[in-house]
Amino acid sequence: MSDLTTARTSDASRGTEGGVPPTPNQRGGAIGTALKYLTGQLRQIGLFIALIVIVIFFEVATDGITLKPINVSNLVIQNSYILILAIGMVMVIIAGHIDLSVGSVVAFVGAMSGVMITQWNLPWWVAIILCLALGVLVGMFQGFWIAYFGIPAFIVTLAGMLIFRGLTQIALQNKQISPFPDEFRALGSGFLPDLGGGTSFLEPLTMILGLVAAVLLVFQGVRQRVAKRKYDLEDEPVVWFLLKLAFTVVLVLLIAYLLAGYRGTPIVLVVLGVLAVVYSAVMARTVWGRHIYAIGGNLNAAALSGVKTKRVTFLLFINMGVLSALAGLVFTAQLNLANPKAGDGFELDAIAAVFVGGAAITGGIGTVTGAIIGGLIIGILNNGMSIMGVGTEYQQLIKGLVLLAAVAFDVYNKRRSGGK
Amino acid sequence: MTSNILEMRGITKTFPGVKALQDVSIEVKRGHVHAICGENGAGKSTLMKVLSGVYPAGTYEGQIVFEGEEMEFKSINDSEAAGIVIIHQELALSPYLSIAENIFLGNEQQSGGWIDWNKTNLEAGKLLARVGLRDNPITKIMDIGVGKQQLVEIAKALSKEVKLLILDEPTAALNDDDSAHLLDLIKHLQEQGITSIIISHKLNEIKAIADDVTIIRDGKAIETLDMVADEITEDRIIKGMVGRDLEHRYPDHTPHIGDELLRVEDWSVYHPLDRERQVVKDANIMVRAGEIVGIAGLMGAGRTELAMSIFGHSYGHNITGRVYKRGEEIKTNTVAAAIDNGIAYATEDRKRYGLNLIEDIKRNISGASLQKLTKGGWVDGNEEYVVAEGYRKSMNIKAPSVAAITGKLSGGNQQKVVLSKWMYANPDVLILDEPTRGIDVGAKYEIYGIINKLADEGKGIIVISSELPELLGICDRIYALSEGRITADVPREQATAEYLMQHMTQERERDHT
Repeated sequence: MSDLTTARTSDASRGTEGGVPPTPNQRGGAIGTALKYLTGQLRQIGLFIALIVIVIFFEVATDGITLKPINVSNLVIQNSYILILAIGMVMVIIAGHIDLSVGSVVAFVGAMSGVMITQWNLPWWVAIILCLALGVLVGMFQGFWIAYFGIPAFIVTLAGMLIFRGLTQIALQNKQISPFPDEFRALGSGFLPDLGGGTSFLEPLTMILGLVAAVLLVFQGVRQRVAKRKYDLEDEPVVWFLLKLAFTVVLVLLIAYLLAGYRGTPIVLVVLGVLAVVYSAVMARTVWGRHIYAIGGNLNAAALSGVKTKRVTFLLFINMGVLSALAGLVFTAQLNLANPKAGDGFELDAIAAVFVGGAAITGGIGTVTGAIIGGLIIGILNNGMSIMGVGTEYQQLIKGLVLLAAVAFDVYNKRRSGGK
Repeated sequence: MTSNILEMRGITKTFPGVKALQDVSIEVKRGHVHAICGENGAGKSTLMKVLSGVYPAGTYEGQIVFEGEEMEFKSINDSEAAGIVIIHQELALSPYLSIAENIFLGNEQQSGGWIDWNKTNLEAGKLLARVGLRDNPITKIMDIGVGKQQLVEIAKALSKEVKLLILDEPTAALNDDDSAHLLDLIKHLQEQGITSIIISHKLNEIKAIADDVTIIRDGKAIETLDMVADEITEDRIIKGMVGRDLEHRYPDHTPHIGDELLRVEDWSVYHPLDRERQVVKDANIMVRAGEIVGIAGLMGAGRTELAMSIFGHSYGHNITGRVYKRGEEIKTNTVAAAIDNGIAYATEDRKRYGLNLIEDIKRNISGASLQKLTKGGWVDGNEEYVVAEGYRKSMNIKAPSVAAITGKLSGGNQQKVVLSKWMYANPDVLILDEPTRGIDVGAKYEIYGIINKLADEGKGIIVISSELPELLGICDRIYALSEGRITADVPREQATAEYLMQHMTQERERDHT
């Protein structure tokens, strides 16, 4: 057995040596090199292309409703809480765990925000802070059993799913709480102030934000390339670099344009944007993020490299608790309702987003951007099919097939490249 | 019928790049206990796998004649049907099933398609009586000790009407009482006409029960000795096992030995699950700056357990003893503390404990020292690339770039990644557990060179190896470890393979004489 494996591994290593990626010095045909580089990045690009294809498909199939400003605005708002959950979930899954309790935690935090604001008469901002702190406590509770007591996350969070659903019903005494103050509701469905006073064709602040974001993206892209140059490292062909940059700038401006055509920038989009940028950086460039990848890739090796695996896991679940709490606040604010049934099935949506986004169930592989794109793909499928009047039964069926296809594509790719 | 129950003639088995067995012939006499001896990696287990059909007929050259007939086993099932049963070192029992269920697993006692539980338990009880185990057959495997589990394996073999029983290192994991009982049982089965082949490192056991012994070295059968008629001594066996000269397989090295770096005193460790069993017993070891110290021990002697317990208590239970660094006592209770105190441990099992195989080379190299690459809370990925690239060149890691996935590298290159990781952590003391296991001769030579270079930089190196020539070739001083105790501490000039083997196989009784 082991002899077979070694033989195969050495074959594979010989294979990689054959397909050496282009070195910066040999820039024969720039386009040829770019193509070669692209095949190496197939997964990431594939996901992005899938998203665009799906958007174009629905744009055509819905006679242009999909990209109408009001629908784009709704898309962002209605998927925001799943995307927030997906950011936390991808980190948990990279570490080789899972969290089934997030839907119940969304409901529990939503319920408590209702109790705090309407029954305890706390100011809305105090309630928000307390609810986020509640998320920390939830995370500490589950994280303790998982990290320090050694119970698998699947079991602990399955229990958590029941526990927090039960606590939700206790807190709400099986009733609904409504309405919430306007300031609180803004977190879910509010927009940044309209600088044009509601009269201009395009809302100016949104366009300004779009431009600023585009400039920052260009600046950051160039800065990274210059830094790599300094180390003589960059292997990304210049054609591809410029294309990618131009594409992202156009995309950002297009989204800004579409949003500006309706009511401007949803507040929750700002929250989401900040989370996406911060967590991408955390996962790629902080010691904690690296340790999460390390324990998911090989727990034993990480422990023997001095990684404090228990603490990393504990913090991971606290982080998930806080993000679940935030998602709960956004969801409650959006519906203007604290409801015992809230958040039902959210954990599955978030987990699906993560896997469509290319994470591996065995841990060690995945990205925050992937999870967000995965979440958007599912969100757009939901939205587009609803507009087209597809029944929920078929929506479920199609979403299931998409999840299966995405993961099958990953597995196929891995096998073809000679995996492990 | 001949007096030989088994004859293996001219067996040659080749793996890609390695000849594991070369024209090996052995004859096993009916009703005898036949021992097979040899160093780790000599080819004993390969030979047994050929015999039992793990390597099916056709994948090796040579003949197997069993009970006078030539056999071509295609699988373990074939060899078991013929009456040959092998009991591996790692027991193949299901912990959550009962003794009886395990005995009849795959051979269930049924009537009309339904399992007959009364018959299962009754028959199991009879088999247990034959191996001298008085436990209830419905007891779960996880509730009995390793010694009893070994007996269940033998009972299982008896249920298959075994004619030739093969035991691979049967006492490696057993305590003294269980070992004695097992040896008695083998004798007892012999009286019932069952022939046994026993692979063992423990020469005193071989002396006690074997009628013949075949010595295998470097894939060749060197000699077969008649233990009884010729009054073979343990020293005679050792001579056969290690009798080879050291060629130019090790780079020349002149040591520059400085002051004491690390000292471990009265180190005791218990097994994490079997908490009665002491795995390391009052060990004292020491390493100086610039010194390469070897730890010689057979499988199961507690080498890895000793190293891993020192390295952040990552193995064992109820660990006691003291660790001194340059004369001052230090704590090594966690891996992080051990690393902070300048200790590093490169594992013997790089795939399970050393590398993140789905990650690239650079992230594996930086894995134990990310703090060095962190400025203001952010890991500098470019710096990381440059550092890793430096090791790729200086260590001669054969990969297109440091972005290559470690899982796809060859064993030797993976080992170099592991060494790079620890070199970048820049420890004072580096414990290398089987640093050349499973890698080819050329890469071995390179790794010996790296070890010498690290010693010349003033680090203290501890090398654990089951290959005596390797230790004799590269170490300045060698400890022998037997059953968790340090039994010898000799400078290279005075060390011989025979001397070390004697102390590695030394039993407790001999220690007191």
